[in-house]
Amino acid sequence: MYKYTEFDTAFLAERNAQFRAQVERRIDGSLTEDEFKPLRLMNGLYLQLHAYMLRVAIPYGTLNSAQMRQLALLAVKWDKGYGHFTTRQNIQYNWPLLRDVPDMLDALAEVGLHAIQTSGNTIRNVTADHFAGAAADELADPRPVAELIRQWSTDHPEFQFLPRKFKIAVTGSPNDRAVTRAHDIGLRMVERDGETGYEVIVGGGLGRTPMIGQVIREFLPRGDLLPYLEAIVSVYNLLGRRDNKYKARIKITVHENGIETIRDLVETRFETLKTAFNGADQALLAQIEPQFAAPDFVAKDTAPYDRAYATDPVFRAWADTNLTAHRQADHAIVSISLKAHGATPGDATADQMRLMADLAAKYAYDELRISHEQNVILPHVARADLPAVHAALKTAGLATANIGLISDIIACPGMDYCALATARSIPIAQEIATHFDALKLEHDIGPLKIKISGCINACGHHHVGHIGILGLDRAGVENYQITLGGDGTEDAVIGERAGPGFAAEDLLPAIERLVRAYLELREGRDETFLDAYRRLGVAPFKAALYPEARDRHAA
Amino acid sequence: MRRFTPKVVTANALLEGDVIYLTADDRWSRRLEEAEVIEDEAIGQLRLLDAQRQVDRVVGAYLADVTASADGPQPVHFREDFRRKGPSNYAHGKQEGAANV
Ligand code: HEM
Ligand code: SF4
Repeated sequence: MYKYTEFDTAFLAERNAQFRAQVERRIDGSLTEDEFKPLRLMNGLYLQLHAYMLRVAIPYGTLNSAQMRQLALLAVKWDKGYGHFTTRQNIQYNWPLLRDVPDMLDALAEVGLHAIQTSGNTIRNVTADHFAGAAADELADPRPVAELIRQWSTDHPEFQFLPRKFKIAVTGSPNDRAVTRAHDIGLRMVERDGETGYEVIVGGGLGRTPMIGQVIREFLPRGDLLPYLEAIVSVYNLLGRRDNKYKARIKITVHENGIETIRDLVETRFETLKTAFNGADQALLAQIEPQFAAPDFVAKDTAPYDRAYATDPVFRAWADTNLTAHRQADHAIVSISLKAHGATPGDATADQMRLMADLAAKYAYDELRISHEQNVILPHVARADLPAVHAALKTAGLATANIGLISDIIACPGMDYCALATARSIPIAQEIATHFDALKLEHDIGPLKIKISGCINACGHHHVGHIGILGLDRAGVENYQITLGGDGTEDAVIGERAGPGFAAEDLLPAIERLVRAYLELREGRDETFLDAYRRLGVAPFKAALYPEARDRHAA
Repeated sequence: MRRFTPKVVTANALLEGDVIYLTADDRWSRRLEEAEVIEDEAIGQLRLLDAQRQVDRVVGAYLADVTASADGPQPVHFREDFRRKGPSNYAHGKQEGAANV
């Protein structure tokens, strides 16, 4: 893992001291809210519906056990004993008091964490594949370069006031688990003639105008990455629309100017920057890389795993859904579900965080990851240790066997917390999870991603949900619109709106009709919901959602 | 002429962020029941200005629609209902009881 240098530590201490002084001046009235707001947002502090919210970055989703314990400490000391993990590999605290925030930031700095650029019109927390460094399908670990991007983008003087927020995601695997195509810039590591480089994708985004990113450069040699990124962001910085907040993201810039124009501008700028960078970035990268070296994997006989798998059906069900192939055959990647049926997606209590930290220290070479799907990952666990890990998770309500299933729902905070929301999302997620658990259908249904946002901003990624749910306010009543067929992987697709929205009380029955229609229509258990949707198109699913319309036509 | 919808002045407290309401005797209360119900547009604007001036105490003051009832003002929109109550997934915020009143 990346260890802060003296420079990093000093930078963070100074930044925190600045913010402490700003908070004091706000409290004594010498700063107005208008003056203070951009300053607090630069440091991840929002004001939500009922309280402040502090958003802490978990760079490329990687934590060690000491950091996770510190997150737990913050939850106990300055919040209500829990934290909310988000789709952008951040953790949000929902109840801090303004006066306490500087202390929280100092406590985070003790373990090398911060909240810088988790808000505002800056380059945000760089996200990465949560299986980085562990996945069997990986070409290279994307985290060293993600760290390089973090260092380059943090406090980058040219990019503190971009037209709008800017999000970068990196993956080192052909199977895209980082939703790179829905980011302002997505980077996919690729290989060409034995040389590694990046496919650079630009102009993806969700929100009110969802767009799938386009390839601006099919193959960028590794060494050219930072000057090329700087070229993209600087072209956007000049060209991006500052006159209209809704047209300010780079997706609109690309859309309005066309990818060819943007590409030409970027390439021209890149030529200048390439010489200016002068290899300094590569020297830095060379220092960062060894810090992400794989742990010395200890070979262990898998017999305890095999035995538990053969004899314990609860363990087997969990192993079938929550484990992913590791690049070491005698290891596995463990996804810990933060989606117990009926729980708030992404929330973890301080006790749960501490248990996960303990497990990481004992069994996972001291590493944890946060996934954009709001779960926690132990990236490297010897198969022999899995029965013990599972048993420990059970004691803390963390052993739900539902990764990738209908109850593994992404939900944004919605109107329970968010000041921008038009409807709630958490209770909808809770209802769906509890309902399908009670029906005992979840495992039969198989892989199915439901994603819920509480407004058009799409923080819950509903556009790329196989079933997406968008909460709206229709004449003063919560109303939920369904989209179908979205996909956030390497084959990214924006879901299609199914039709008129549903009142809150009609939504669950509608989802059930939809899912039952799929079960009827599928060719077998191997055909997932998304496969069936792609084979059959929207019509039969629409018919299930809106039986009245079908009956009217038939009449 | 359209009838004026009664209003209350609401904001978030600067230090805690909690939802607060302006009372007739110029306090800030955490309970909607105690809010001053404003029946006149001009008075509403004046009371809002009173609130917005208190930059060292409140953030984001605005006028919210209410209806009068025997139990005091009731929110018109569900957003205001959630602000009054707190989140629905945990009994946090205002639901934590007398401590916060
Ligand atoms: C205080 C709470 C939040 C506020 C005010 C907020 C605000 C916004 C806004 C305004 C947008 C639309 C941006 C645009 O289209 O230009 C957006 C998009 C997004 N937010 Fe949030 N958000 C909040 C919480 C979250 C949370 C909890 C998550 C993660 C679960 C999240 C992740 C995202 C993602 C993934 C997008 C869509 C991707 C994109 O940027 O195009 N946000 N958010
Ligand atoms: S989608 Fe809307 S409601 Fe949900 S967190 Fe984002 S801004 Fe808030």
